[in-house]
Amino acid sequence: MKFLTFKGGTHPPTYKEPTANLSVEKAIDPSVVVIPMQQHIGAPCEPIVKVGDYVKVGQKVGEAKGFVSVPVHASVSGEVKAVQMMLSASGTEVLSVVIESDGRNEIDPSISPKGDIGSLDPKEIIEIIKEGGIVGMGGATFPTHVKLSPPPGKKLDTIILNGAECEPYLTADHRIMLESPDEIVYGLKVIMKAVQAEKAYIGIENNKPDAIEAMKKAVANEKDIEVVSLETKYPQGAEKQLITACTQRVVPSGGLPMDVGVLVNNVATAAQIAKTIKTGMPLIERITTVSGKAIKTPKNLLIKVGTPMKDIIEQCGGYSEKPGKIIMGGPMMGMAQQGVEVPLTKGSSGVLLFTEQQAKFPERSNCIRCAKCVSVCPVYLQPLFISKYSENDAMDHAEKYRALDCIECGSCSYVCPAKIPLLQNIRVAKRSIADKKRKQAK
Amino acid sequence: MEERLVVSSSPHILGEDTTSKMMLDVIIALLPATIAAMFYFRSSAAFIVALAIITAVLAEAVVQKIRKQPVTIKDLSAVVTGLLLALNLPASAPWWIPVVGSAFAIIIVKQIFGGIGQNFMNPALAARIMMTISWPEQMTRWVAPGVDSVSAATPLSFVKDATAVPGNAPELMDMLFGNIAGSMGETSAILLVLGGLYLVYRGVISIKIPAIYIGTVAVATLLYSGFDFYFMTYHLLGGSLMIGAFYMATDYASGCVTPKGRMIFAFGCGVLTTVIRLFGGYPEGVGFSILIMNSMTPFIDRFTSPKVYGEVQRQDA
Repeated sequence: MKFLTFKGGTHPPTYKEPTANLSVEKAIDPSVVVIPMQQHIGAPCEPIVKVGDYVKVGQKVGEAKGFVSVPVHASVSGEVKAVQMMLSASGTEVLSVVIESDGRNEIDPSISPKGDIGSLDPKEIIEIIKEGGIVGMGGATFPTHVKLSPPPGKKLDTIILNGAECEPYLTADHRIMLESPDEIVYGLKVIMKAVQAEKAYIGIENNKPDAIEAMKKAVANEKDIEVVSLETKYPQGAEKQLITACTQRVVPSGGLPMDVGVLVNNVATAAQIAKTIKTGMPLIERITTVSGKAIKTPKNLLIKVGTPMKDIIEQCGGYSEKPGKIIMGGPMMGMAQQGVEVPLTKGSSGVLLFTEQQAKFPERSNCIRCAKCVSVCPVYLQPLFISKYSENDAMDHAEKYRALDCIECGSCSYVCPAKIPLLQNIRVAKRSIADKKRKQAK
Repeated sequence: MEERLVVSSSPHILGEDTTSKMMLDVIIALLPATIAAMFYFRSSAAFIVALAIITAVLAEAVVQKIRKQPVTIKDLSAVVTGLLLALNLPASAPWWIPVVGSAFAIIIVKQIFGGIGQNFMNPALAARIMMTISWPEQMTRWVAPGVDSVSAATPLSFVKDATAVPGNAPELMDMLFGNIAGSMGETSAILLVLGGLYLVYRGVISIKIPAIYIGTVAVATLLYSGFDFYFMTYHLLGGSLMIGAFYMATDYASGCVTPKGRMIFAFGCGVLTTVIRLFGGYPEGVGFSILIMNSMTPFIDRFTSPKVYGEVQRQDA
């Protein structure tokens, strides 16, 4: 059988065994949640509750400001204890609403089913998705309603659901495909209706045959939805690479998937859309994979947004040995954390605990021009040159070598035998080029 | 919870490949040919190999000590250079030939340009060519395999200025297994190919460069001789084509980095090798060809930059 794929990429070990076969467990309710006002790419929310307020589950606590923004909601019922700047997983301080749970999980009266696909028109669907605070749950957290609202003249004809889950360790999407395939398909059909697309693909890496099987069964009666097996390769789940693998279309440099008529959503996002339509409950919980050598009992947990990371670690039996690095997200693109107080958010696909040994930096040596970085780059850059120009502060050259096209997947750094921090250097170049452009624009 | 956590930029996992592991693979790949050289040329071969490697490693360590740089002999690249150089020498070479060659390769060609990865020419090859020009007598005193060191001609000298293989030339079978005169490591074509295939299997080199290089020489000699397959095979198995194609044209530092560039590089090596062998003053052209192409790599790389993903005409509605 031929598996769909893209050119380039690499094959890091998947490390998925510890959690791939573990059913999703409901996490113990946190006693306190910290709800950051910014859990998405775009403008932060403005808090609409104050200290002392009593809030219920699903109640809006932050109102979206601007188009690229979604509201945030309370994930527990209880009293608002603080509205203040707090450290977030992004490494910066974000205005957050702290709620002390009363343990009753009282549901906000406004939460009620929104009808079904047939009775909703596209506009209503997009509004429900926005008000439901739904963002891309693969980790990028781009507000979903924005994707569903292409500017006039752009027609979306194809939807791709991303079930690739190419990041090592993570199995949250794998589990949701096994445990809620019908919800995913329902959500997908909602998306298709919202943008009036005729065709949809659900792309899954071939290292999850059970998920492929489950999704195929769920779409057995859907003639417009096709489950496709993708070659297991990193970064198979990167948006543009996924589009190329499924449709052979190529998103223009600097462009968006909508430029080729495609919309990509994560499978978990689709399942959330189904849930919000069917029950009215906004995005207040998600599945997170807790794994890594330094955690005692790896798990797939259904966690409430705002749960402090330390609660989750405790629930997984604590450390098996002293952790050296804690990552929010996957090991290829996730963020290393300074501490365990930070709350989990809508984008927390994983919490990975590495041992001190795993956290060590290998010694760096000279570039030997082996060009492995060139052969793995999924956007066909030459990372060795961009990195070198970046280190020598020759940003004009870095720009000529198309630093801005880097999708930051980390494949180059991963394969480099000389252990040069290629991606890190490219990021520096990208930031510097963007700064320069901003200054020029002024 | 009071932990000291590492906060670094992604990716948080790195591959197992290291420079020294890749160098070790090259050494492993060269072992069969090295052992064959010792079998055919006895103790003088072992002596030259040892001298070349020891000199290369020492030269690297000393230069780095003098320049107060970290000593990087553990990356094994100096061992590879020493070994490659030794295999490029005749078994009859006096002791100072491997010593001078290795020192030149490491100090002049490699370290002066900044050490590993910075040299624009293959150090072992540059040393061989330098010495061939400086001491042609010592560098081309070819001997037949065996203990007696009877001087003999290399296969390529039989086909120099010829369009067919003369009757008194060595047998193809001997050339395949290495029972011929020549520099120590270029004699056994089959063992060199075997090692080369190991490097392909290990992902250290891509088969493209040797395949295109050897293929180009094959086609060119075939055309030149009017489709004389015997003549073609003679050119493929004789001289340093195999060691050059698998171990020197594939050298990372002095070769191209773009996929297309590497193909052009290999093709250029093939054309130049054939031209020098058939029309030049030397019976052998591999060394010169690779060095000439080495000097062109920045140029080739620049003009073969891969098209970035999505670098297409924007189809704005």
